[in-house]
Amino acid sequence: MSRHTLSVLVEDQPGVLARISALFSRRGFNIESLAVGPTELEGVSRMTIAVNVEDLPLEQVTKQLNKLVNVIKIVELDPDAAVQRELLLVKVKADQDSRSHVLETVQLFRAKVVDVAVDTLTVEATGSRDKLEALLRMLEPFGIKELVQSGMVAVGRGPRSITDRALRPADKSA
Amino acid sequence: MTDQLTGAQSLVRSLEHAGVDVVFGIPGGAILPAYDPLMDSTQVRHILVRHEQAAGHAAEGYAQATGRVGVCMATSGPGATNLVTPIADAYMDSVPLVAVTGQVPSRAIGTDAFQEADIRGITMPITKHNYLITDPAEIPRAIAEAFHIAGTGRPGPVLVDISKDALQATTTFDWPTHIDLAGYRPVTRPHAKQVREAARMIVEARRPVLYVGGGIIKSEAHGELARLAELTGIPVTTTLMARGAFPDSHPLHLGMPGMHGTVAAVGALQKSDLIIALGARFDDRVTGKLDTFAPGAAVIHADIDPAEISKNRVADVPIVGDAREVISDLIVAVAAEHEAGSRGDYAEWVSLLAHMKATYPVGFDAPNDGSLAPQYVVERLGALAGPEAIIAAGVGQHQMWAAQFIGYELPRTWLNSGGAGTMGYAIPAAMGAKVGRPDAAVWAVDGDGCFQMTNQELVTCAVNDIPIKVALINNSSLGMVRQWQTLFYESRYSNTDLHSHRIPDFVKLADAYGCHGLRCETPEQVDATIEKAMALDDAPVVIDFVVNKDSMVWPMVAAGTSNDDIKVARDLAPTWDRED
Repeated sequence: MSRHTLSVLVEDQPGVLARISALFSRRGFNIESLAVGPTELEGVSRMTIAVNVEDLPLEQVTKQLNKLVNVIKIVELDPDAAVQRELLLVKVKADQDSRSHVLETVQLFRAKVVDVAVDTLTVEATGSRDKLEALLRMLEPFGIKELVQSGMVAVGRGPRSITDRALRPADKSA
Repeated sequence: MTDQLTGAQSLVRSLEHAGVDVVFGIPGGAILPAYDPLMDSTQVRHILVRHEQAAGHAAEGYAQATGRVGVCMATSGPGATNLVTPIADAYMDSVPLVAVTGQVPSRAIGTDAFQEADIRGITMPITKHNYLITDPAEIPRAIAEAFHIAGTGRPGPVLVDISKDALQATTTFDWPTHIDLAGYRPVTRPHAKQVREAARMIVEARRPVLYVGGGIIKSEAHGELARLAELTGIPVTTTLMARGAFPDSHPLHLGMPGMHGTVAAVGALQKSDLIIALGARFDDRVTGKLDTFAPGAAVIHADIDPAEISKNRVADVPIVGDAREVISDLIVAVAAEHEAGSRGDYAEWVSLLAHMKATYPVGFDAPNDGSLAPQYVVERLGALAGPEAIIAAGVGQHQMWAAQFIGYELPRTWLNSGGAGTMGYAIPAAMGAKVGRPDAAVWAVDGDGCFQMTNQELVTCAVNDIPIKVALINNSSLGMVRQWQTLFYESRYSNTDLHSHRIPDFVKLADAYGCHGLRCETPEQVDATIEKAMALDDAPVVIDFVVNKDSMVWPMVAAGTSNDDIKVARDLAPTWDRED
């Protein structure tokens, strides 16, 4: 099994998320993370889907995804040629004794404190999965009260855009 | 046209613009507004069925017999959920179908309102695409897109769910002249390089076989297929979905492959060095145990659906395209190879297969007790009804016998539920086929189990002048399940005895339904009874063929075993060693 990142351009239609997530479960794949949002094109949304799967089943699920009428284009992003980011919000125990240590860790990871209470700090961090995991490992000894994490979003490096030719006729068939 | 009309009128006008001539359905609360203008349409005939499932299968039968998109209609909630089985059936067998359902008013959606069901959500995994329309202005575009999606590419079912308030509201009608869906552009033209590579492999092979599926019938490629087979001299197998795509009488035809296929067809795939799959999908009922399927074969796989290629068996040469275009291009490419002096030498192979075909024809033994052999009934029906007749089968033993013992010469003369295996398909599908092809004789070959699932539609046939004929193969059992119990469950017949020898009395039942009921219990009566049924055309006819219940379908590759283990009868394997 290996981790793959799919960028999926979809029509912004009701039910499209249900179609895609149902297709994954129906074909026996577990979605590791999923993020949806608008794009620079009106009416087009982009999903970033991370899955853990072998190459051959991945090809099959990609083909099945392509058959969905609301799916315009699918690109697999190579992690070495893409910027991948997740957002983490974590509420850490931080009393008078530990607060400075927590802040030190936050600075080390170029994270941000976004809320302060008497004995907690809420930290915002963005980065790759590895970086966020490392940050969490460092914060864990202080005590984590609450943790919330976004799905991963990713974009290919370089000047080209996956939406460039996506909506031109026949591109899907190429 | 910018005149004002209701959403319901817009729906009916849309169906007219889509070229619909018949809709099978049942009205109810949420779809009721649509039925009012439907009454005034001179183009669209509505046939009131007795159960929504039958509306769906009738639309399938219509579509499979004519090649046009079949249409069914139902109300919200249970009306819509009753369409689920035929929609799933159409999805599995790639039948072009548009289902129109009424939905509760948009303000009530999501409130568990009376007769509310999320039919769009329910049918997501079994439709090519589906719509929920709450804005009446969107009705024409949704209907136009639905027909476009259902009928093009790999055909399939599309559902359009329309809320009652959208049907009642006032709107304008604007029929889209051009449909361009960014996410739906099926590839029909094959890649020239792939076709050339396929042609090269074809002339280099020694033991090639054409593995032909339902895609040939869908793309009307039977003429091209015959030309390719004759140009190359490569033997042909036609799957359950492709019966009729290549004439059974043709010397190159080996018959049907698969679980109940002929020894020659199953063996040809198993022992080939090149499988040319055209519009077929390597279904488990064809391949048997997948990792032992055709171990020495390279695979050329042409299909209009890229997701079918390398799904079950990895293709060496994948070709995405419409079967008709693929075969046309293959003919040109192979002819070019021939002109360049390379021509396949398959003489030894063809001779071996001809020997196997002659040695192991499909056959049966007459029952010892003098009772009627079901295979004999089916065989005589095929002979007497002739190759122009349309045969619609249910699911089970009778279906397999109808696939084995009737010779098919023409496409669209064999209709059945192949992928889904939906019992009860035959009667409504035959009804739909007869509506679409009123000139043709349409026979339902049904079992007593299947028949009791959907026979109420004989009423619909009787009152709407749809004179189908039913050959009821009555073995008083769920025969195929019984066969498995005989073979794999030590003849412990748990819940397969239907006691339908006389309960119900199918002759009286036919009579009660306004049909002719005939009974046949001995071999001597078979021809005369079929001929009598053929002469009756003023009402549907049901023949109750009371047959031997222990007859089994052979050959057989037991589920989950290898095609190498095919048996021609119980514990009897064919031999491939030739003595000559």
